[in-house]
Amino acid sequence: MPAGTLYRGREGMWSWVAHRVTGVLIFFFLFVHVLDTALVRVSPEDYDKVVATYKTPIVSLLEYGLVAAILFHALNGLRIIAVDYWTQGPRYQKQMLWTVVGLWILLMLGAIYPVLGHAARVLFGS
Amino acid sequence: MSTDITDAVELTGSSVAPYSPENPAPVIEPPRARTKRTPRSTRTNFEMYGWLFMRLSGVVLVVLVIGHLLIQLVLDGGVQKVGFAFVAGRWASPFWQYWDLAMLWLAMLHGGNGLRTVINDYAEQANTRVWLKTLLFTAVAFTIVLGSLVIFTFDPNIR
Ligand code: HEM
Ligand code: HEM
Repeated sequence: MPAGTLYRGREGMWSWVAHRVTGVLIFFFLFVHVLDTALVRVSPEDYDKVVATYKTPIVSLLEYGLVAAILFHALNGLRIIAVDYWTQGPRYQKQMLWTVVGLWILLMLGAIYPVLGHAARVLFGS
Repeated sequence: MSTDITDAVELTGSSVAPYSPENPAPVIEPPRARTKRTPRSTRTNFEMYGWLFMRLSGVVLVVLVIGHLLIQLVLDGGVQKVGFAFVAGRWASPFWQYWDLAMLWLAMLHGGNGLRTVINDYAEQANTRVWLKTLLFTAVAFTIVLGSLVIFTFDPNIR
């Protein structure tokens, strides 16, 4: 390997890493999700038994993580498309990334109550 | 507007003097360089269509998946309302059946094609690549067939 070619691409590289990691995570989630949904063809009782675990505090936290992964992948995916198709895209890729991160934080704050509210009531009383 | 595309690339670990016309950087062969043995034209534009599909499906998936998450996790009591009866209510409507069908196919093909890229990037041995991609193809095909069957054979009076 020629000397001095270790690539450290800063924002562009880290957003690519995060896009890849979230994409792979979502894929594996979806695989399991279609399997659990298929239980509606087994019996209502089996389906409801499995879905009951989704309503527990620990799994609610996992759901919050899933929302985090989807929202980042979706917003950053739109940024990638803008970089590819918008003539000014490559020039503003960094600004667009910080817009993505800002929107993501706002949406994640907004998701706290709907996704984690029930868990908080279970754990700390109503 | 200051643009800094160049400073986005940082080279480290240089032990030699900075490159200059007298001390040129080593040439790296482009990975897709055409050689004498490369056919005049490749048969299809599969990779280009794959690239395009990632972008088209991505735009549609934003609506389908974020809508799905709003319905399942936010509206009407969040995940607490989900159960067999809830699913029966939703799949009574063809609109939501086709919504879920489109989401299933697009997400699985988009994610599957994305994973194909990841396998190509990290699995260095030809053998490993073939096996991982066979496994991936099987998982994607199985999931799409199972999910589609579940949507359209759903029976609210199963018991
Ligand atoms: C919510 C809307 C989504 C948008 C806007 C979106 C956008 C994108 C785009 C534009 C790419 C291509 C990146 C490139 O060519 O360099 C991509 C890659 C990928 N996506 Fe998505 N996507 C979405 C949903 C999903 C879902 C639901 C999954 C999983 C089932 C997924 C898994 C992946 C994977 C595994 C990759 C490959 C990553 C890589 O090569 O580094 N995406 N996404
Ligand atoms: C934790 C969050 C989620 C919950 C609670 C949830 C819940 C559900 C429920 C109750 C159904 C049954 C049908 C319906 O009501 O529409 C369903 C189906 C489906 N969901 Fe989700 N979902 C979640 C996240 C996701 C995500 C992130 C994706 C996409 C990447 C997704 C993709 C699908 C698909 C494709 C189906 C149809 C399954 C089939 O064909 O059998 N879901 N989901």
